[in-house]
Amino acid sequence: MSADLGTILPEILLSLFAILGLLGAVYTGKDALASALVWVTSAVFLGLAAWIGLSGEGTHIAFNGMFVDDGFARFAKVVILLSAAAVLVMSEGYMKSRDLLRFEYPVLVALSVVGMMMMVSAGDLMALYMGLELQSLALYVVASLRRDSARSTEAGLKYFVLGALSSGLLLYGASLVYGYAGTTLFSGIIQTAQHGDVSLGLLFGLIFLIAGLAFKVSAVPFHMWTPDVYEGAPTPVTAFFATAPKVAAMALFARVMHDAFGGAIKDWSQVVALLSVLSMLLGAFAAIGQTNIKRLMAYSSIAHMGYALIGLAAGTALGIQSMLVYMAIYVTMNIGTFAFILMMERDGQPVTDISALNQFAKREPGKALAMLVLMFSLAGVPPMLGFFAKFGVWQAGVDAGLVWLVVVSAFASAIGAYYYLRIVFFMYFGSEDGAIEVNGSKTLWVFLMGAAAIIGIAWVPGINMFGIGAIAELAATSLVN
Amino acid sequence: METIILFAPLVGALLCGFGWRIFGETAAMWIGTGFLFLAAALSWVVFLTFDGVSQKIEIMRFIQSGYLDTSWAIRLDRLTAIMLIVITTVSALVHLYSFGYMANDPQWKDGESYKPRFFAYLSFFTFAMLSLVTADNLIQMFFGWEGVGVASYLLIGFYYRKPSANAAAIKAFVVNRVGDFGFALGIFGLFYLTKSVNFDVVFAAVPDIANTQLTFLWREWNAANVLAFLLFIGAMGKSAQLFLHTWLPDAMEGPTPVSALIHAATMVTAGVFLVCRMSPLMEFAPQATAFITVIGATTAFFAATVGLVQTDIKRVIAYSTCSQLGYMFVAAGVGMYSAAMFHLFTHAFFKAMLFLGAGSVIHALHHEQDMTNYGGLRKKIPYTFWAMMIGTLAITGVGIPLTHIGFAGFLSKDAIIESAYAGGSAYGFWLLVAAAAMTSFYSWRLMFLTFFGEARGDKHTHEHAHESPMVMLIPLGVLSLGAVFAGMIWFKPFFGHTNYVADFYGIPYEEAVSHGDGHVEGAEDAHGDDVAKAAGKAEHHYAFAGAPGEGALYFAPDNTVLDDAHNVPKWVKVSPFVAMVFGFLMAMWFYIWNPSLPARLAENQRPLYLFFKNKWYFDEVYDAIFVRPTKAIGRFLWKRGDGDVIDGSINGIAMGIIPFITRIAGRAQSGYIFTYAFAMVIGIAVLVTWMTLSGGAH
Repeated sequence: MSADLGTILPEILLSLFAILGLLGAVYTGKDALASALVWVTSAVFLGLAAWIGLSGEGTHIAFNGMFVDDGFARFAKVVILLSAAAVLVMSEGYMKSRDLLRFEYPVLVALSVVGMMMMVSAGDLMALYMGLELQSLALYVVASLRRDSARSTEAGLKYFVLGALSSGLLLYGASLVYGYAGTTLFSGIIQTAQHGDVSLGLLFGLIFLIAGLAFKVSAVPFHMWTPDVYEGAPTPVTAFFATAPKVAAMALFARVMHDAFGGAIKDWSQVVALLSVLSMLLGAFAAIGQTNIKRLMAYSSIAHMGYALIGLAAGTALGIQSMLVYMAIYVTMNIGTFAFILMMERDGQPVTDISALNQFAKREPGKALAMLVLMFSLAGVPPMLGFFAKFGVWQAGVDAGLVWLVVVSAFASAIGAYYYLRIVFFMYFGSEDGAIEVNGSKTLWVFLMGAAAIIGIAWVPGINMFGIGAIAELAATSLVN
Repeated sequence: METIILFAPLVGALLCGFGWRIFGETAAMWIGTGFLFLAAALSWVVFLTFDGVSQKIEIMRFIQSGYLDTSWAIRLDRLTAIMLIVITTVSALVHLYSFGYMANDPQWKDGESYKPRFFAYLSFFTFAMLSLVTADNLIQMFFGWEGVGVASYLLIGFYYRKPSANAAAIKAFVVNRVGDFGFALGIFGLFYLTKSVNFDVVFAAVPDIANTQLTFLWREWNAANVLAFLLFIGAMGKSAQLFLHTWLPDAMEGPTPVSALIHAATMVTAGVFLVCRMSPLMEFAPQATAFITVIGATTAFFAATVGLVQTDIKRVIAYSTCSQLGYMFVAAGVGMYSAAMFHLFTHAFFKAMLFLGAGSVIHALHHEQDMTNYGGLRKKIPYTFWAMMIGTLAITGVGIPLTHIGFAGFLSKDAIIESAYAGGSAYGFWLLVAAAAMTSFYSWRLMFLTFFGEARGDKHTHEHAHESPMVMLIPLGVLSLGAVFAGMIWFKPFFGHTNYVADFYGIPYEEAVSHGDGHVEGAEDAHGDDVAKAAGKAEHHYAFAGAPGEGALYFAPDNTVLDDAHNVPKWVKVSPFVAMVFGFLMAMWFYIWNPSLPARLAENQRPLYLFFKNKWYFDEVYDAIFVRPTKAIGRFLWKRGDGDVIDGSINGIAMGIIPFITRIAGRAQSGYIFTYAFAMVIGIAVLVTWMTLSGGAH
């Protein structure tokens, strides 16, 4: 039992921290402490990330297989913790200046991160659901953080209702799986679900599970909430939605597929491929019409989830590796981009209209250049890191025989380039009427420039994408044997 | 020293072309010219001290890739040495001449800088030409070959404000592409068969190549023949031989010094040089050399006929050049490479001089080029007149028959005509004699129209006609020395007895046994008693020996054209002189004694006149066969293919289909929660159905 607790110690500590933080703030300074709490929470995230990233080795199974701590989980957790820390730090200034900073915010984020950590380590459908709901409930609240804003509350409500529906689908799938497999443990399910031997009921269960997970990664056709929630939620919250939860959901998706249904790859691979292709195409087409940069980023994230799903659809260790690399790069690009979006304002009010960026490069050449790098990377233009992310999943897809998927993906990527490059066009060649200001927050500047620098130089021989490929390979082999 | 010769013009070109802003225009031009005079002086030293033994001077490693192993090296042998002096001497003099000719060019506005650019191009051309002739391998030669093409393009289009100059530049470039394609195929073929592009290796392998069959254009050919043929295609392009000659007359759009340097003395002779350089291959390719002879003779005849009726002074000389190049190819085709080189050598002097003289006339008359507006200029520009007179005497081949005394052209042209006869090419012989008559006619016509008779054209221009400055007259003087004496001085090494020629070119030779009679027999049958007498006198003291690649030229053991040419009947030796006199008298009759005759003749023989005047309608035919269909295809691909299909489909996708899909996607995002839930439910229903129908079947 104590070994079990030792394995799950980071999650326990983070939960305790969240509870103590909540209690402490309620009984003392309340919102006055919010700023400090944000920084402390970030520090805790960083500490945990360092601990998890540097300590563990091998695979530890706790609670009779309900909780798995392996290389894959650790990789995902580190990415989640780091991106959550980054988003928290970026939020602080923005929320404070707009009187949005409540002490609940860091606490809720911490709780949702606990949920995410639970998700990526789940070894059982129960644990999966617990983690998923812990994460989601915290996110529903955070989405409507701006309680006096109709849009924010609408976003939270929509997210909640649709999330409940998806949880229902997921639970229905889980019960079907339990019914046909006789167990909720992944290690038990995998013995029942061997390829060619999957009963129809188990297959139904699998599809409902996939539907529930697809909602979390916002894959088409379970994506509809994404643009509205991204637009309605306060921008720092949107930034958070676009990063850590996506990693957690994608990692959970991979874990369920490989740990529980690893014997029936062909069965789910085609479903995932379908979700992937729909997401890429819709993300590419629908974003073209957007004028609000937050909505645009919502469709962008839908498309990017589609690309990452190629790696999952490949059903190989290389596929998982490329997917992990993709997610890490995606998170980096998004942190940089949202740092920029958080800076966008006019007369102290946040601006999200992309035409406001007209002629931006004339006034702020440095920031415009960083944004250019990020947009090129999101579009997948070599030599930016985003290209290598796409290249990785394409390689995995081709190796797995999914050439058609890769071809469609390249097509979608070409269409998608339009809306990224349009932002660049506005910044450099737009007509003179934008007059946007960007506030001088040093923190945001650091994140913007840092992300752009990482994206921009990772291709240099010798830097070797900061060695992420090798780490992801280790993680992937621990998941797919 | 050879390295300095090769790179001095390049240094000059770079300093002049890029440095003139620093040094100033005049200084930059003198720098370029100075480097060329340096190269010219060193070239003469090399030529006069050269002992005939081939040397290889390696400069750097060039390309190493698999079998392809080339160095940047200078192959110094007699061929190279001859070309060195021709190129550097003419180039240096043309540089000097250009100081005067280009001084106040009306093509340019005041204050525009064009002279350093012109000099830089000239120097660059010289460098490219030198790297062509010094090449040790085919790749390097191709570099030079293309380099002179570029320089020629730049210089023909030097007056880039004139649409006709641009068109001529493009035409020269495109027509040369056709030839270069053949040349490149020839190089590929040689590399394919010998796994090397170095001359040493290629030449040594020639006997094997001659025994190889090569499939080309769906047919088996003898490899030596097909490769020699392909290389000659390249030579045809550069040397403006029939069918690929159309660019040369148009190239006269360039400034006159350019015409003298590139389109008379040097670049156009690159083809002749190529054939001579590849003499080991040519000797094993009888069909290909027969083809060369026919093309050369036909070109000589054709160009001469066209030259008869042109009125633009530069075009007359251009066709004359084309015709003289035909002579050289006939010599090379019958296996008398040294005679080809001899004519190349002398021709460079007198043709460059004719061009520079023509330039001097044009300069005197404010860029008037139409001879019908000339006349009576003898007194106005006496030095130019005498220079042109010497050039005319040289090109028409004035000399004392049956001796070796005469102007340069007399010796070299007669050498070719005799070789053609001795080589057994009756076709070549008679066409060349006819061409010699016409050469004489059009050359004297040029002289009479320009310098004799009444002044025609604009009175004002004639009154202001002035002699050119010294910088232009000195080159004329120097070249006239060459035009007078070059033939007499170098007759022996180029066309003397076998041992002289062999020594000159570094070819091994041996005491001839007695195979002379047998070889003249063929001629004996054809020409009866005259030849029999000659054959009786024939004594073969020496014969060429050695393997292909030894020495600058290679003569196969059965190639006795040189000796046979010395022993041709007297009437053959005299025939070019007779033709020359005939042409001269005709010209006198037409343009001095009875000046109204040409117009009447043109009226009487109108179809023939128009046929010649319109250059045998080559341009029109090419326009109909190649240019217009190509343009039509291009226009079709542009308008229909690129414009409609590619642009259309892209525009259709980008402006029609994608916005349509985007609108649909936007409409689906209604904002109503039930729509979203509905989408999810539909999604799962579709997935379940699909899996039931397909996936569940596993």
